[in-house]
Amino acid sequence: MGIISRGFGGRRRDSAPDLPPGQYLTHDFPVLSAGPTPRIPLDRWSFTITTEAGQKHTWDWARFTALPSEEITRDIHCVTKWSKLGTTWKGVSLDTLFADVETAADYVMAHSKGGYTTNVPLEDLLDGQAWIAYEFDGEPLDPEHGGPARLLIPHLYFWKSAKWVNGLEMMHEDEPGFWEAAGYHMYGDPWHEQRYQGD
Amino acid sequence: MARTALPGRLTWQAATVTAVRQETPSARTLVLDVPGWPGHLPGQHLDLRLTAEDGYSAQRSYSIASDWPGDGPVEITIQRLEDGEVSPYLTDVVETGDKIELRGPIGGWFVWRPAQPAPVLLVAGGSGVVPLMSMIRERGRLRARQPFRVIYSVRTPEDACFADELKRRVRDDAGLDVHFVYTRSAPDGWPAPPKRIDVATINSHGWPPDFAPDVFVCGPTSFVETVADILVALGHDPKKIRTERFGGK
Ligand SMILES: Cc1cc2nc3c(=O)[nH]c(=O)nc-3n(C[C@H](O)[C@H](O)[C@H](O)COP(=O)(O)OP(=O)(O)OC[C@H]3O[C@@H](n4cnc5c(N)ncnc54)[C@H](O)[C@@H]3O)c2cc1C
Repeated sequence: MGIISRGFGGRRRDSAPDLPPGQYLTHDFPVLSAGPTPRIPLDRWSFTITTEAGQKHTWDWARFTALPSEEITRDIHCVTKWSKLGTTWKGVSLDTLFADVETAADYVMAHSKGGYTTNVPLEDLLDGQAWIAYEFDGEPLDPEHGGPARLLIPHLYFWKSAKWVNGLEMMHEDEPGFWEAAGYHMYGDPWHEQRYQGD
Repeated sequence: MARTALPGRLTWQAATVTAVRQETPSARTLVLDVPGWPGHLPGQHLDLRLTAEDGYSAQRSYSIASDWPGDGPVEITIQRLEDGEVSPYLTDVVETGDKIELRGPIGGWFVWRPAQPAPVLLVAGGSGVVPLMSMIRERGRLRARQPFRVIYSVRTPEDACFADELKRRVRDDAGLDVHFVYTRSAPDGWPAPPKRIDVATINSHGWPPDFAPDVFVCGPTSFVETVADILVALGHDPKKIRTERFGGK
């Protein structure tokens, strides 16, 4: 336990159930991004998985949204300390997107419009753990929150759920993405409070 | 995007409050003595942790307001949110001599590096001025040549943090220009009625996109969204616009 802050009681306005350490509950949907919000027209949207051999699997908006989708309800945890419980999304499971992808690489770099990247182990994307989400709360996903489509990996800190995602690139070695190179954790498990490098 | 070396482990440490300074009726600066502070770059923040008697704890991020001449205190400036859990404690309860746990510095993107030669535009909404102040102070200390333009949006004149220091620096730091935007009430004799920041403000008081300035925008989320959208619409390269969103609506 840390040193006691004289006269601090905490507010604990929400009798929060199970939150990861250091997190607090919010009912808003705060925004964390490094720059302006890009506006991506649907007719210019595409999503590509590139294997370590350079093979590309690409979907445009029509093909992508024609894939089987799932309703997802999960808690999300942002590294800036807020958590939001029971958020509902609609998206395509990465199991579906990876069905025809042949790869022996263990790591993935997610790429987004604007050049942002984040790294994730492939095993964290498969087996019903991750989606490319395009609806939030029954509405098309807001650009501010990553629309038209973002990666959704609820079991990791939310910066891993790359907004405006447009591609996944397979890698043999784990390499830091944009936030990770700026000091954030390579993996980012909120339950182990892996916020920053070395946590 | 360029790769940088990964920094070392960030551990919690106890800092001592050595002074407090009221900046406005609702914002206060805490001057912190942090033993072994490794130094920081202008724009970085730290995480602060409060712990109650029963072990309950709360963490929040605060930008660093001070520059780093190689040693000395670390300053943070906190705006009180009336219904907040942590900020009212920091603005109203904390006293000189108290200990506060923190770790940092954090963040390698929302950072002004004095080696970057481009002119700089800083756009602040409310307490968003804090990390930008660190940049202004660093520039002043280094006598850096990059011209800085600052647009600072506040509700009323008395809500402006660092007002006297900014006035002094505009006089003394060559190439620093500060323009205030008042959203609720303007000082007597101000040429324009109160208004929110808009295209005209940024067009007249920012740099033209051709100058390829480094732009830093900081404040409440909706403020940052609005300003960043305007900058992009005016033709600024989105890659040159760095944003820090403090939260709120
Ligand atoms: C990287 C970073 C740097 C920051 N730097 C500073 C700083 O230098 N100075 C500073 O005062 N704050 C700063 N903040 C905001 C700070 O971390 C806290 O969010 C803020 O002090 C509110 O905490 P609280 O516990 O008082 O309020 P909470 O109990 O967390 O929230 C109370 C209510 O206020 C809303 N709210 C939260 N944040 C804001 C906001 N910024 N504006 C309006 N409403 C809000 C919440 O949604 C909630 O409804 C920074 C945030 C980040 C992410």
